Amino acid sequence: MVKYRPAQLDRTFAALVDQTRRAILARLEREDRLTVSALATPFAIKLPAVMKHLDVLEDAGLITRSKEGRTVTVRLRPEPMRDALDWLRRYERFWSRSLDRLAEYAEREDAAARRSGR
Amino acid sequence: MTSLTLVRRIRARPAMVFQALTSAEGIAHWWGPDGGPVLLAESDARVGGSFRVRFRTLDGSEHESTGQYLELVAGRRVVMSWQWTVGGEPDERGEVSRVVIELAPADAGTELTFTHERLKTEASRRSHEEGWAGALDKLERYFSTGT
Repeated sequence: MVKYRPAQLDRTFAALVDQTRRAILARLEREDRLTVSALATPFAIKLPAVMKHLDVLEDAGLITRSKEGRTVTVRLRPEPMRDALDWLRRYERFWSRSLDRLAEYAEREDAAARRSGR
Repeated sequence: MTSLTLVRRIRARPAMVFQALTSAEGIAHWWGPDGGPVLLAESDARVGGSFRVRFRTLDGSEHESTGQYLELVAGRRVVMSWQWTVGGEPDERGEVSRVVIELAPADAGTELTFTHERLKTEASRRSHEEGWAGALDKLERYFSTGT
């Protein structure tokens, strides 16, 4: 059974709240690695704002930054997202099966009630 | 599909579905992730009242969840807090999340919309509303490429 760390899950979900950060992650998914300036180019915000988003993503463990000379390269680190997905899926299984049985039960009860004229 | 929102069409009237959702007898019939038995079901179905459900899963382990009814509108809406007190997700013990269930008449039955919100931080609640599940889906192919 996977061990979930609630603090890590909160950081992951909090990082994913922001549309710009999601766009950054989606781009890194497509392009594997990008320099900070290449990453900042399509966004209508200034470089320091992009850097702040990168700080949040790095704190959440969703990206890594490595410096070579004067160039900083950013890469995606998807593991925390996998944990977040697992967390969601676990609950989805739990509730999905419960709701299937709820539906069956309510349908049986309703049919019985109608038969007895309620 | 990865989402905490689930929708079901049920061939039963909303009042019957509401009763099945909130009565101890009803809960005993449906609660749990597999075919294991519900061992105990208590439900004080009024705002501020609490519920407690203990169940065994097919692997033999026992779990218990409890919570409070935060909103109840007969035949329409149930909002409850939710947490594990035994088993479940040990790492989440003591963390309170929120379940919202909406019922709407549909054809001759009911459309049930179920949402489990993780509420520890305001940020994560907002993130759910803004649809991060979709963003996660988009990144999902990463996860199929191994660990």
